[in-house]
Amino acid sequence: MKIDDLLKQPSEWLKGAGPDAGIVISSRMRLARNIKGFTFSDWADDKTREAVKDLCKRQIASSNFMKNALYAEMDKISPVDNLLLLERHLISREHLNNPSGKAVFVSEKEIISVMINEEDHLRIQVLQSGLNLISAWDILKALEKDLEAKLDFAYSEQLGYLTACPTNVGTGMRASVMFHLPAVVMTRQIKDILEAISKLGLTVRGFFGEGTEAIGNFFQVSNQVTLGHREADIISNLERVVKQLIAQEENSRKFLIAKKREQLEDRIFRAYATLKNAHVINSEETLELLSLLRLGVETDIIKDVKISSLNEIFIIIQPAHLQKMRNKKFSSQERDIERAKLIRNVLGGNTKNV
Amino acid sequence: MLCDICHKNEAMIHITEIVNDEARELHVCQQCADAESMHMNQGFGIADLVSGMVGFPGEAREAKEKDLKCPTCGMAYSDFRKLGRLGCSECYEAFKSVLIPLLKNIHGSIHHTGKEPEKMVASFEKEYTGKKINVVTKEVKIAELREKLQRAVQTEQYEEAAVLRDRIKELEKNKI
Ligand SMILES: [Zn+2]
Ligand SMILES: [Zn+2]
Repeated sequence: MKIDDLLKQPSEWLKGAGPDAGIVISSRMRLARNIKGFTFSDWADDKTREAVKDLCKRQIASSNFMKNALYAEMDKISPVDNLLLLERHLISREHLNNPSGKAVFVSEKEIISVMINEEDHLRIQVLQSGLNLISAWDILKALEKDLEAKLDFAYSEQLGYLTACPTNVGTGMRASVMFHLPAVVMTRQIKDILEAISKLGLTVRGFFGEGTEAIGNFFQVSNQVTLGHREADIISNLERVVKQLIAQEENSRKFLIAKKREQLEDRIFRAYATLKNAHVINSEETLELLSLLRLGVETDIIKDVKISSLNEIFIIIQPAHLQKMRNKKFSSQERDIERAKLIRNVLGGNTKNV
Repeated sequence: MLCDICHKNEAMIHITEIVNDEARELHVCQQCADAESMHMNQGFGIADLVSGMVGFPGEAREAKEKDLKCPTCGMAYSDFRKLGRLGCSECYEAFKSVLIPLLKNIHGSIHHTGKEPEKMVASFEKEYTGKKINVVTKEVKIAELREKLQRAVQTEQYEEAAVLRDRIKELEKNKI
């Protein structure tokens, strides 16, 4: 697979299927692993990083999970291709810095990605649509088992898997769920909820943008603690909280529909009209309006739009995607025009790349 | 990731705070965290979190930490404080005296209870399914765990004690 092939189909994890798909966009499981006997990536010299990359590359490429996979070395591909991988959540922002020795494997349907020489030698992640932590974990476990047979991971009996940052040691596992909580935000309960979550050993952050704010009411919740708990317990703890959040969001939607229907419909239809008709639109406004439209689709107020189309818009409105799809470098002003065009196109019923 | 306060050092402490209805993530380096926790009053989230993390009272202890160096990768403890990341897996041993309290603070535990590498499980099982000598190995293992358990109880780490107790029980139950 080549990088340009990614543009030919939406990522599997954005297909809008799976349990609770809608309020929950996607689930992600990640393992951090290091190879015994090699200096950790950030402290290693270029020679060591190269050696780690070559070793991992050979072993990962021969895995059954990586048939037809994409393999890219960050210092050999163009900046826009680097950004494209970031926009598709296949690599981290950190993976763009200091690219020497850094590489990534992406499985055919973009379910699995393995970053080499990120903060740890290996960052193995599995993405699934909807609330699907357990199936993501099953895939991840199987892949890890496969790699473990060929690579010696740094492990201590007391501390578990050893990672570059002490915050990941132990299981090296991070489970995250990406959410859309517009009704909870509209009914002004988000503050209390976020406060409660952060007391449960979980971290909450905005999903879009570089910063910390939650543009478009999209949040990501993940476990903070990696040492002293079994993987299954960490996952079920997160899942329990996620289910409460879903219930809270559902109740808030019911409340809005029962008590504020006119106001709610007004906001949703205005958002839909703007997206369908705008000729210049920046990404932040897009995300805010998409949030409302998404709420409209899920509450059956809007009937002629599919969640998968909305998911697709999220990805293709980003700068590297626009540039690659149009095969042209845009100024930010031009980008706002191209973005509006693309959105009009998707919402007009045509989901093909134009 | 750079520190949100000084924008120079690598951030090693990551905190989610709620400010005006919004969850804000704060990434700070060890030095700034130290400085902040010193002149910050109670009631501010980061202060509680961080003061516990960096609270190693006594200057003698401070001085000793500064001399720590990993013999395998050459990372000095001061490098770790600056980068927020360890240099190699042996650093965990080299910086043990300061890392263990840090881990206890971050995770509330210093014992891994999750999955082990398959290879290890396999060799462990082999040990037990073998002959006489392996019974001894198991006894040694249990004795080791008992010692850990005792230490955990003495230091009032009851959660870990419970985990260790369960592991011992499991091992004892385990028919060879
Ligand atoms: Zn700083
Ligand atoms: Zn070291």
